[in-house]
Amino acid sequence: MPERLVALLLAAATVPAAASGLPPGRAAELETLVRQDCGACHGITLAGGLGSDIRPAALAARTPEGLAAVILDGIPGTAMPPWRPLISPEDADWIARYLLEDEE
Amino acid sequence: MMLRTLIVALMLALPAAAAELRGTGDLGVAVERTTGSLLVLDRSEHAAIGRVEGLGDLSHASVVFSPDERHAFVFGRDGGLTKVDILTQDIVGRVMQAGNSIGGAISDDGTLVAVSNYEPGGVRVFDAATLAPVADIPTGSRTLGLVDVPGRRFVFSLWDAGETWVADFSGGPEPAITKITGIGANPYDALVTANGRTYIAGLFGEDGLAEIDLWQEPLRARRILDGYAKDDPALPVYKMPHLEGWALAGERFALPAIGRHEVLWMDARSFEEVGRTAVHGQPVFAVARPDGRQVWVNFAHPDNDTVQVIDTLSGEIVHELKPGPAVLHMEFAPRGNEVWISVRDANRIDVYDTASFEKIAEIPAESPSGIFFTARAHRTGL
Repeated sequence: MPERLVALLLAAATVPAAASGLPPGRAAELETLVRQDCGACHGITLAGGLGSDIRPAALAARTPEGLAAVILDGIPGTAMPPWRPLISPEDADWIARYLLEDEE
Repeated sequence: MMLRTLIVALMLALPAAAAELRGTGDLGVAVERTTGSLLVLDRSEHAAIGRVEGLGDLSHASVVFSPDERHAFVFGRDGGLTKVDILTQDIVGRVMQAGNSIGGAISDDGTLVAVSNYEPGGVRVFDAATLAPVADIPTGSRTLGLVDVPGRRFVFSLWDAGETWVADFSGGPEPAITKITGIGANPYDALVTANGRTYIAGLFGEDGLAEIDLWQEPLRARRILDGYAKDDPALPVYKMPHLEGWALAGERFALPAIGRHEVLWMDARSFEEVGRTAVHGQPVFAVARPDGRQVWVNFAHPDNDTVQVIDTLSGEIVHELKPGPAVLHMEFAPRGNEVWISVRDANRIDVYDTASFEKIAEIPAESPSGIFFTARAHRTGL
């Protein structure tokens, strides 16, 4: 158990904030959002649930731009909601890259 | 956080009280979702009295209890089914029964535990004593909304296929399956009333719900609250509502609307809408205090720091709380005098007096989600 928690904390500390122009601390908030709130449907490990598997291997065919568009505008006719009311395009871009790069 | 962890660790290092005689009627458990652990709770002491670790991925985990209120069956998201002795605080059985799971139920006679699975889609049933497999019911669909009903039966719904199935184990380990097709698109959760008669499935893909009267033959589904949202475009839903914490408040059900910031009131006999209460956000749980006098509501992201209390008689919001970031679940004491609220991102369970709305206690917990008291052992559908 503690290893897992430590792994999560470590992951939060080493989020690939590099390429983003996000304000300080925002990347950690977005990672929590991905794990906990996207995780409500996609699972906390992102392996899927009612929502699809969104681990890197499952997203291999996606581009960061395409993924960011799905995050912002959702997929009509499915349970994937548009997140544009809650997050910025820069946030969505960070999440898209995070999902594609995440090593877990 | 360090200090709290240390204190909990020291508490847990004390010898377990298994040598002392004690009952379990005032105990319960809270799921700690990110650490895969279960916190054992004492309602009388307003305290955590132990922690059981090693239960796997417990995001969205739920729990049912054995008839003697000693064992908790924990349904993990990763397909793990774990049987925990809450007196000795040990894991006494564990099987990885599927790849991706969403809750379970225990039969009315306490001998069968059923789990509904997304992957592979279906329901698997186990011997409650040994966790040995009893039956496998593949559905070819992500399966959810699983409840126990009288007569050694389980009822569950198929997200992808839009069906509800009844598995009847009254004749032994080979279930008799009844399929109710065409209930509507994408059932996302379901409830059964306390008498085991009425099964209601929420439909994500429809503007209404499906109702099945389990006392009638042949079984069939009918659409209820049809078109409740037809006048307005749906709002985004950032977390699916739950129906299993159903609220039968007096003569009326309180149900979370989907895609609307409303609680819907439905007559318990006619199943017609009799009113709405505008609330703070997308409701997730709308749960009645056990006496039915109040309905407590929590909300989806980004409004999940808030809880509202609706007076059943007037349908008006009589109180609002801001317990903290990410309120995930509310569990009432069996007689309703207290409500225990998990505040995930504050790493805390808060206990409130439901008459005065005063906070009585705070209990440290790691990312707590579901809270389950042992009194559920004696309730159909919980």
